[in-house]
Amino acid sequence: MNKNISKEYDVIIIGGGVTGAGTARDCAMRGLSVLLVERHDFATGATGRNHGLLHSGARYAVTDHESAAECIKENMILRRIANHCVEENDGLFITLPEDDIAFQSQFVDACKTAGIGTEILDPDFARRIEPSVNPDLIGAVKVPDGSVDPFRLTMSNALDARIHGAVLLTQHEVKGIVKEQDRAIGVELFNHETKQNVNYYGKIIVNAGGIWGHHIAKLAGVNINMFPAKGSLLIFGHRVNKMVINRCRKPSNADILVPGDTICLIGTTSERIPYDQIDNMFVSRQDVDVLIREGVKLSPTLATTRILRAYAGVRPLVAADNDPSGRSISRGIVLLDHQERDGLSGFITITGGKLMTYRLMAEEATDLICKKLAVDKQCETAEKSLPGAEKSEHPLSIATEKVYTGANISQKSAKDRHGTLAKNILNGDDYEDSLVCECEGVSIAEVKYAINELHVNNLIDLRRRTRVGMGTCQGELCACRAAGLLCESFEKPGKAKDDLANFLQERWKGMLPITWGEGINEIQFTSWIYEGIYGLKPDNN
Amino acid sequence: MKKEIFEPFNSSDNNFEQCVKCTICTVYCPVLEVNPDYPGPKQSGPDGERLRLKDPNFFDESLKLCLNCKRCEVACPHGVKIGDIIQLARIKYSKKKPKVRDMILANTDIVGTMASTFAPIVNPIVALKPVRLIMDGVLKIDHHRIFPKYAGMRFETWYRRYAASKQNDFKKHVSYFHGCYVNYNFPKQGKDLIKIMNAAGYGVHLLEKEKCCGVALISNNLIKQATKQARHNVEAFKKSIVDKNMPVISTSSTCIFTIRDEYPHLLGVKNDEIRDKSELATRFLFRLIDSGKLKLVFKKDYRKRIAYHTPCHMEKLGWSIYSTALLKMIPGIDFVSLESRCCGIAGTYGFKKENYKTSQGVGKPLFDQIESSDVDFVATDCETCKWQIEMSTAKKVEHPISILAEALDVEATVKLWQK
Ligand SMILES: Cc1cc2nc3c(=O)[nH]c(=O)nc-3n(C[C@H](O)[C@H](O)[C@H](O)COP(=O)(O)OP(=O)(O)OC[C@H]3O[C@@H](n4cnc5c(N)ncnc54)[C@H](O)[C@@H]3O)c2cc1C
Ligand code: SF4
Ligand code: SF4
Repeated sequence: MNKNISKEYDVIIIGGGVTGAGTARDCAMRGLSVLLVERHDFATGATGRNHGLLHSGARYAVTDHESAAECIKENMILRRIANHCVEENDGLFITLPEDDIAFQSQFVDACKTAGIGTEILDPDFARRIEPSVNPDLIGAVKVPDGSVDPFRLTMSNALDARIHGAVLLTQHEVKGIVKEQDRAIGVELFNHETKQNVNYYGKIIVNAGGIWGHHIAKLAGVNINMFPAKGSLLIFGHRVNKMVINRCRKPSNADILVPGDTICLIGTTSERIPYDQIDNMFVSRQDVDVLIREGVKLSPTLATTRILRAYAGVRPLVAADNDPSGRSISRGIVLLDHQERDGLSGFITITGGKLMTYRLMAEEATDLICKKLAVDKQCETAEKSLPGAEKSEHPLSIATEKVYTGANISQKSAKDRHGTLAKNILNGDDYEDSLVCECEGVSIAEVKYAINELHVNNLIDLRRRTRVGMGTCQGELCACRAAGLLCESFEKPGKAKDDLANFLQERWKGMLPITWGEGINEIQFTSWIYEGIYGLKPDNN
Repeated sequence: MKKEIFEPFNSSDNNFEQCVKCTICTVYCPVLEVNPDYPGPKQSGPDGERLRLKDPNFFDESLKLCLNCKRCEVACPHGVKIGDIIQLARIKYSKKKPKVRDMILANTDIVGTMASTFAPIVNPIVALKPVRLIMDGVLKIDHHRIFPKYAGMRFETWYRRYAASKQNDFKKHVSYFHGCYVNYNFPKQGKDLIKIMNAAGYGVHLLEKEKCCGVALISNNLIKQATKQARHNVEAFKKSIVDKNMPVISTSSTCIFTIRDEYPHLLGVKNDEIRDKSELATRFLFRLIDSGKLKLVFKKDYRKRIAYHTPCHMEKLGWSIYSTALLKMIPGIDFVSLESRCCGIAGTYGFKKENYKTSQGVGKPLFDQIESSDVDFVATDCETCKWQIEMSTAKKVEHPISILAEALDVEATVKLWQK
């Protein structure tokens, strides 16, 4: 997929989260030669394990004015440049009888100062526009919150970087930073596919490793003081709410319900964890209890709604340099020029921030890189749309479609996921239109497109690109079909079987903390199919 | 206009989440077997509902291909109300306006009133080939269809003139929901019921102005009118069941199914007070006999070979056992079981030109069974099944009540309880 791989680049970016992918895009658009390296797959770090809230900034308006102002600006930009990754759902900040209604006016004022449009709603009206909301609410404010799909956002940035000449390597882990005196000049990589080591060289090395940036900096011999904060979330089986629902009070645990694609998410808890625990994403029973207890206050129907999975992510929070104790943690963007800070040239770190401020983070990082390389080119990422979000010349409007066939579901789902790029998928062939994943409407054609165009190495990657296996049945029906297609394309049958076992194991992990009710029926049934019919053994993995 | 905003579009009772995706329902859907354009119960029901909650544009007009036979619901091991989910989606999301034809087909009672008044004129006209071709071309009512004939005198009129006065001679009483078919097309079935009930010692009364149960209105998406009629009927039932302690029986499986289940599930019309005491005549009779409160005596010389067809709604109600058990009580009956399959008509569905092929395709295996069964006639509890089978096979179809009436020795039966 990456043609002529060279060994030397202007910029090497470590980390295939949204920050790394965004920075790769920005650098490539400014004409730099770019290599992006990621140890697993795109969006496997915090980017793939968050809430997907397109903040309006309202959540931070009272406590952190700067973040709030940043959010609303980027919110408006993402609606434009990434409309296929964004759902403009709007959000409600509700006041419940146990909350102080006086906070509402303070909140509205703070939003105004940050430039966030608000509208105070009559509780009765709020109940009508959002029927799932807790009917006991005594106040509601409407804000321009939204939802953003982190997988699509990251992949679109990576795709556009590739279109502009960047080279993308997944399954490549940085094991060391090559240094020459006080200068970082390259990276030592371990290729997980081939189990081989390889070095690449670059004028600037960018550490966009999220929470793992702490470790990557260490490899370069510099120290960043990071404080991992774990947050857990629950995914519900379908969309209960159409608007984001928040509590109108100081930010707290489990007080946001975000609708996203076919599901909705309640989150998050927040817990400081030791650095050596950042790869342990276990969700405890206490976490699940808190999430349900608080979630039901936002929307009572959650109490009887099926829960699909639980998962956790780690926020990359950085302590201010002058505060090693970590008491004054910044939630803002952190850009470190290690030449100025530590005397190590050719190495910079970009971290902190949020999913939805990735573009601004990338812009700031790229500005610094350009300054160092003496490249004089303006940032264009706020204006130029991501691939898939362009205004299409042939709008695939619903009116012109075949409305009388089953293919409608896969076609419409593909459009929702890939925006205008769906034209590469839709071909009207009955066989190709048939569904691999019935819950999420993923067709054979879409799977093939993802395998060929979107850097897919295994089934789990395929899930991040298409939503295969993300629906109610969590892979029960689609996993084997998708494994078959993947096998046809490039896998050896033996590997495909391991891959399938890995995929199911990963699905199972997320279901484990919430195994009751309908969920447990489903799991039992799935294991009958895969163990009973297909003879897959637990030790396949 | 204003009202529309207030309709909660995004709420659901979560029943669809009980689905474990086992796909059993898909195997039992008669439409899917013959028409690949239909996405099937799983995709249209629980899977589709989830997508429609994300975005109503996922609604697919092909959902109107669903017969609402509820065979998927009977098959589902997890109690997912698949048929209800599909019908509710059509009610909530369909943008297609019902056509003139749909209104004509759906308003069985209004059209019935007009037609039966002019029956001698209407029947021959509707039967004429050119007229059927016009109905086909202009109204898109398939020309293969033969309309049920309209009777000259409505059942209600007959009842008032010839039966009403005698009913108070009895000690026990029931009300009878006759339905449109008995009233306009086939009063004999109602007369047969009265004959049996009277023989069993029950006086039969009509409800205070019954209205069409509305099943055809629902399937043609005329929901407002259906809801109005449902409310009216529930009130009328209450007057009999609650006020006078008189249960309501019916001879139409579809009417009674609609009143018991579709009213609360699809129209949101509560019927708790009347549901348990609204039932089919065959079930009412069987339970009387079974509990020893009634004995029927049959004619010695009655000999017939009969096959019973289980209408979809009987399958859903789980009540075909009552009708077949009654038939089997008649000594002279040689009983043939048919495999339970949909006949394909589904009320007004099969009358529509665009559905004709699907409809006949669905019914074919049933017709083949009937043709090769060598029976004198077929018995079934549903009037639209009757039309479909009579049109598609060489056999006549009779209602179990009519068969019972024919085989019953009235005098002997009456003697048993009079002494
Ligand atoms: C629970 C939770 C909820 C959140 N909710 C929201 C929200 O609603 N809205 C919002 O805007 N933000 C939210 N965030 C914040 C947001 O998720 C993060 O700020 C953002 O995803 C960080 O992206 P990143 O690319 O900097 O880091 P990451 O996504 O963590 O990317 C780092 C990447 O580096 C790779 N890597 C690590 N080590 C190496 C190595 N040695 N070699 C190669 N690659 C390596 C990792 O595999 C990973 O893919 C949330 C965060 C959490 C934890
Ligand atoms: S109600 Fe009948 S036609 Fe409709 S989906 Fe179920 S089985 Fe199929
Ligand atoms: S039979 Fe029931 S549980 Fe099985 S797929 Fe159909 S609706 Fe789901």
